[in-house]
Amino acid sequence: MSSETKQILTTDGIPLEVSLKKAEKKNKIKAFLLVAPLLLFLVITYIFPIGDMFMRSVDDRMVTNMLPKTFKAMEKWENLDELPPEEVYRGFYEDYKLLAENQQHGKLGQRLNKEKNGFNTITKKLFRQIKRKKIDESASLKEQINKLHKRWRDVEYWQAIKRTAPPYTASKYLKGMDMYFAADGSIAQVDEDRRIHRILWLRTLEIAFFVTLFCFFMGYPIAHLLATLPMKYSNLLMICVLLPFWTSLLVRTASWMILLQQQGIVNDFFVMIGLVADDNRPEMMYNKVGTYVAMTQILLPFMVLPLYSVMKTISPSLMRAGKSLGGTPFVAFWKVYFPLTIPGIGAGCLLVFILAIGYYITPALVGGASGTLISNQIAFHMKTTLDWSFASAMGLMLLTGVLVIYWIYNKLVGVDNIKLG
Amino acid sequence: MALPSYTETRYRIWHYIYIAICTFVFFFLIAPLFVIFPLSFNAEEFLVFSEGMKNLDPDAFSLRWYKDMIYGTKNPWGLAAKNSFIIAIFATIGSIILGTLAALGLSSRHMPYKGLIMATLISPMIVPLIISGVAIFFFMAKAGLAATHTGIVLAHIILGTPFVVITVTATLSGFDHSVTRAAASLGSNPVNTFMKITLPLILPGVISGGLFAFVTSFDEVVVVLFLAGLENTTIPIQMWTGLREQLSPTILAVATCLILLSTLILVTAELLRRRSERLRGINR
Repeated sequence: MSSETKQILTTDGIPLEVSLKKAEKKNKIKAFLLVAPLLLFLVITYIFPIGDMFMRSVDDRMVTNMLPKTFKAMEKWENLDELPPEEVYRGFYEDYKLLAENQQHGKLGQRLNKEKNGFNTITKKLFRQIKRKKIDESASLKEQINKLHKRWRDVEYWQAIKRTAPPYTASKYLKGMDMYFAADGSIAQVDEDRRIHRILWLRTLEIAFFVTLFCFFMGYPIAHLLATLPMKYSNLLMICVLLPFWTSLLVRTASWMILLQQQGIVNDFFVMIGLVADDNRPEMMYNKVGTYVAMTQILLPFMVLPLYSVMKTISPSLMRAGKSLGGTPFVAFWKVYFPLTIPGIGAGCLLVFILAIGYYITPALVGGASGTLISNQIAFHMKTTLDWSFASAMGLMLLTGVLVIYWIYNKLVGVDNIKLG
Repeated sequence: MALPSYTETRYRIWHYIYIAICTFVFFFLIAPLFVIFPLSFNAEEFLVFSEGMKNLDPDAFSLRWYKDMIYGTKNPWGLAAKNSFIIAIFATIGSIILGTLAALGLSSRHMPYKGLIMATLISPMIVPLIISGVAIFFFMAKAGLAATHTGIVLAHIILGTPFVVITVTATLSGFDHSVTRAAASLGSNPVNTFMKITLPLILPGVISGGLFAFVTSFDEVVVVLFLAGLENTTIPIQMWTGLREQLSPTILAVATCLILLSTLILVTAELLRRRSERLRGINR
């Protein structure tokens, strides 16, 4: 069968296949051009900056750029257990002198001090000697510098300088997990009583998990009720879900702060029914209780809405069929209804969990010290300590976690099931 | 929800437990909002119900905190409200334009790499806000837009567009493309077709996406905290500062106004949703 005899031509004499392909291509370009403005905008203002966060989190070029001659000379330093050769001292001296002339030596001292405690003192000592021109550049610099302070004679300090040589480092990520690079380059754990970040990660996961669980157990029944009630009642009850959903987060947090305070209504109620004594009102705010209660109420609509939209599509005759075939209501529910709602459960739990894991405002207001989460720590480093590279590293660790959850969810349920309102 | 007369007792009990749980959850959801309402009319400075209020004594109620909100000398609420509205309106317009265009492209069956592009476009909704805040701050600082209205508007467009993309794509999923072809065959150019045929049909979706974008911008506090200077303070920032320092009844007056605003938005969104379903011929 030859293709020539079969070929269909358009009225212009072009083969139909070619013409169709051309039209197809034109449509593709048209569709893409419609998306292009937003895509371009997001890539520039959002996707690239996230990449920038990654660069900042691993960037360690400061020292590399400050001590070029030192690191060049250190390539010849072979036996790392002994003090480096004269060339390294000379390289360091020349680099440091240049930094001192440009008023940059302080930064170096601080940075090296982070690597090994005690650097600030001995670099300042070197600075004073250079300023007073007490160092004879024609003689052995190794001897002169070693004489300045006993720490200069300690090989560990030179090893610390060498460790800062690579332009990129994973140390911020290790710090986020309470680990650090030890003197010999291996990974070590920080002391038990200083492991603050691991506690925060665990607490964030714990709170996100339990808030999701509470939202599920509270959201499932009411979503079911909303989906099965006649329209005129369910529309009215839906307001109870939608009004909080549309109300400002801070307003809802404020109302919980009023309710949960020691002289607040919840405590009044407990006293009234005799659960607690009037002079012994429990603290319900500025701790985990407050965080759980407020976050559950705030995130509950995000659980109810996807559940509702899935339950709405389940025909009531399925339950009747299950019962008429001999199932008790429980069996019918468990074997027929529940499996059909799994996409809704997945979407709701994913939404709530992802929102909860990155929560910041509510825990900061009602959580007190034990309610701080990893997001608060990121904000703290962004705004207070200004350690932006560390904030970036922790942000990216959190993001990786969220993406993994998202990926698992996509494998299990499919992302297309997310619906709004 | 009446039970059939043949229901066994234990299922009857279960049913009542279920109703009780639902009642409790609905109460849990809605009651906190109503606490703010009466307390904002408190004549005293404390955030608890005074004896007078419990006895419905008219003297225990006053509008002093509303007056303080509007006329208070040291109060930044006026500036904050102005900023919030300006920023939210521009962010909404930007989100609607960019989001609707993108949704039109994404709904075309010729769109290449649909999944990947969709994932990119809605990523600001999935990435935790704090991370978005850090990333956007880095960009704005580099671009010299930190502590400017423009910077905050751009940031809120980033956060708002995913909602527009999702709602408009959903509206377009039930869209009958033969009407646009009919318009084209009758000699209408694409722009005219869009303005006269497509836009009126997808308008409910566009507006409800716009409402999401508006609320997102109006309530947003995490990113603004990174970006805003003193001049760009917004209502959420003022509330955040107020709640952290001390809870004053003025905040409750503001909160009451915000609840009224959200009620208004809720009603609009509901009406639009119903209209949209009617237009798209979805039977309920």
